Amino acid sequence: MTSEVQTQTLPKVASKKGFSSTLTRVAQFMGVRILLLLFTVVVGVYLTILIANMGGYVDTIMKNEIKERVNMTVAAMTANQPISTEVRKQMAAEMIALEEAKLGLDTPFAIRSFKFLGNSLQLKLGTASRMLSDKGSRTVRLIILERLPATLLLMGTSELFLFFFSVFIALKLSRSYGSLWDKLIITLSPSSSVPPWFYGIFLILIFAALLKLLPFGGMISAPPPENTWQYIGNLLIHLILPASSLVISSLFISIYTWRTFFLIYSSEDYVEMAKAKGLPDRDIESRYILRPTLPTIITNFALLLIGVWTGATITETVFLWPGIGRTIYEAIGLYDTAVIVGTTIIYAYLLAATVFLLDFIYALVDPRVKIGSGN
Amino acid sequence: MRNLKNNLKEILRYPSAIFGMLIVIALIVLAMYAMLKIPYQEAIRLWRGGESVWYKNPKNVPPDWVDWFTKEKLPRSFAVKVGDEGLTKIVKPNEKGISEVDFSYSFDFDYDKYPQEMFLYFNTTYKEKNPFVSVLMVTPEGREIRISDFGVSHKQTFRFSQETKLKRRLRGLDPMVGIFSVEKSDPPVPLKGTYQLIIDGLVFEEGSDIDVEFVSHGQTYGIAGTDHQRRDLSVALLWGAPIAIAFGLIAAIGTSLLSMIFAAIGAWFGGWIDGLIQRITEVNMVLPFLAILIMVGTFYSRSIWTILGVTVVLSIFTGAIKTDRAIFLQVKESPYIEAAKAYGASNWRIIYRYMIPRIIPLLIPALVSAIPSYVFLEASLAVLGLGDPVLPTWGKVINDAFSEGALYKGYYYWILEPAVLLMITGLGFAMLGFALDRIFNPRLRGM
Repeated sequence: MTSEVQTQTLPKVASKKGFSSTLTRVAQFMGVRILLLLFTVVVGVYLTILIANMGGYVDTIMKNEIKERVNMTVAAMTANQPISTEVRKQMAAEMIALEEAKLGLDTPFAIRSFKFLGNSLQLKLGTASRMLSDKGSRTVRLIILERLPATLLLMGTSELFLFFFSVFIALKLSRSYGSLWDKLIITLSPSSSVPPWFYGIFLILIFAALLKLLPFGGMISAPPPENTWQYIGNLLIHLILPASSLVISSLFISIYTWRTFFLIYSSEDYVEMAKAKGLPDRDIESRYILRPTLPTIITNFALLLIGVWTGATITETVFLWPGIGRTIYEAIGLYDTAVIVGTTIIYAYLLAATVFLLDFIYALVDPRVKIGSGN
Repeated sequence: MRNLKNNLKEILRYPSAIFGMLIVIALIVLAMYAMLKIPYQEAIRLWRGGESVWYKNPKNVPPDWVDWFTKEKLPRSFAVKVGDEGLTKIVKPNEKGISEVDFSYSFDFDYDKYPQEMFLYFNTTYKEKNPFVSVLMVTPEGREIRISDFGVSHKQTFRFSQETKLKRRLRGLDPMVGIFSVEKSDPPVPLKGTYQLIIDGLVFEEGSDIDVEFVSHGQTYGIAGTDHQRRDLSVALLWGAPIAIAFGLIAAIGTSLLSMIFAAIGAWFGGWIDGLIQRITEVNMVLPFLAILIMVGTFYSRSIWTILGVTVVLSIFTGAIKTDRAIFLQVKESPYIEAAKAYGASNWRIIYRYMIPRIIPLLIPALVSAIPSYVFLEASLAVLGLGDPVLPTWGKVINDAFSEGALYKGYYYWILEPAVLLMITGLGFAMLGFALDRIFNPRLRGM
């Protein structure tokens, strides 16, 4: 992930003459950057719309379903009335047209897809066709908002812990390179090829099934405890297993990557110089190793934060955790395009905004980076 | 090439690489064995077969080797039919077309638990008058237990435990417990030793015959146990290996080769081609990868090959293409490329003969390290219920186990077997890839 952002930071617009003032240069750079990012978002979201509608095939499914439902209703309504089939058919046709118009199925998909795109880009997420929020609302925004806290809790806790813990440990390890702990981390790092849900299965097996210490899954016991403190405690008990599986699955590779990264930077001459001067380890770490690596650390942190958004579909499924990831999965199973596109557009915007902001943050933390300067 | 050979020699210096390589070789052997032992069509037929294929197996029983971990030995399952070793059939013709057809089968019972159920599957031929059989069991004590006497129709299944008269004769005990216990012991103690099943049959017509199959559903089965549909899990566990390796290898090779070629093209030609590839990559990064795979699985096709294709297409334009491009941009400026240009090499010749070979040492570790993620991707999709509908894979076994609540009900073997296999596969490739990375990547050497 690191490299991708770094290459993106390569200034796209070179001020060829070098006379123009910094302000216009920055403005020009920003303009082109925003345009490019917007283009990416638009194309990405439109592709998602196309795929989520199966290129319009979902319409056919919906229409058939409406037809079947209306015919059933009409048959039930008119069962005991002496009405001719002609009239019955006409009634059905009217009702079908009405239903289709309600869902907007009367306009062709090609036009509707662009309308959909326009609405999505304005964050008008619309209404879900089948999914309901727990409170019974069909508004996509409410459905997403309802699931967001669960995902934020699970992903936020585990990712933040993972990030700070591994950076901290890696920094220590890079200073004691070759030690037993260092070798242990290297040996253990292939364990990260196993995805979190997989560790989840083993954790459930050990702690829920065999030891019966922790719950199998879910976010809160039923019925939920009424006391606030008990509620929080209950929530935390449910959080332990899914969060641990997320942490275990990336802990060692994360430490290893950071350690190698710091190691490369701590073999720089200026670090040797600082050591020779007899500076304390703390100062060397914070001023000579962390400082120049700050842009990379920030990039990773930012990408981690937006990665939290998408949730962990499979881990959430295995642990029956009611988060965004599971919602997307459920939405796909229900052909609920609005929800799928809704989550995608928010992710796309977050990603674009982060990439855009990172350019400026780079310029702030790294004096070597100049926005819009020549290649 | 010599360089590559030296590198291979260097691999042997890393214990984890040797370990990983051994695992990979073992997996390949397992995959070959699976494909030779159970041909593809046969595997699919077995895995999709219902009761008619698997009636001999008990439901949801662990493998035979659970004995090693428990104090009490659990009875194993077996099935014998006429022609198998141990089951004798003697036909004695009497007058008027009446003949005796006698069967006898001796088997050892040295377990501490009782079998789930025993069956006799009769298959008889007659025109009008159906044959008659009486079934006896002789215990090691020499006690003769009369199981039942009955007339047999063309196809008949006899279940020991549904015989109410037998139950009464055994003082109300379940027939399985009654038959295999020390007489009059309370609570029942299993009697170990050699039991003999005797079936005395009578046929009343010329050309009439009896055929029988004796099936015992024990509490363990085979080397892998069975699932909720009585299927022998070893079929899926064996066939999971070639499928996992094929999926992982094809996806990893396809993805890394294609993204390398695109990166080389972009870096060499530059201009709008490079721009286009860059834009496609950026768009692709916005697209939700897993969600699209789930959509393809739900909407279009769950075939493993479709999923594989989509995976490769979506994985070409990712971060890897940017890394490759950055390296190619450096390679592009090297003097030997200048030389190639000077002698008039074509663009494609430069790309294929000069640029791509330079990056291959970097590509190999990345490729090997990518295999586990694709192997697990297949399993992940299967766990979401999007596994291939016909193929038996490890992920599908986990999914079956999960949806049948194996963890709640205590059928741990059902999840652990495929999970351990998946884990070994993943770790094997990861360890190898990791070591390769340290060997081929000079920056990491010695770190």
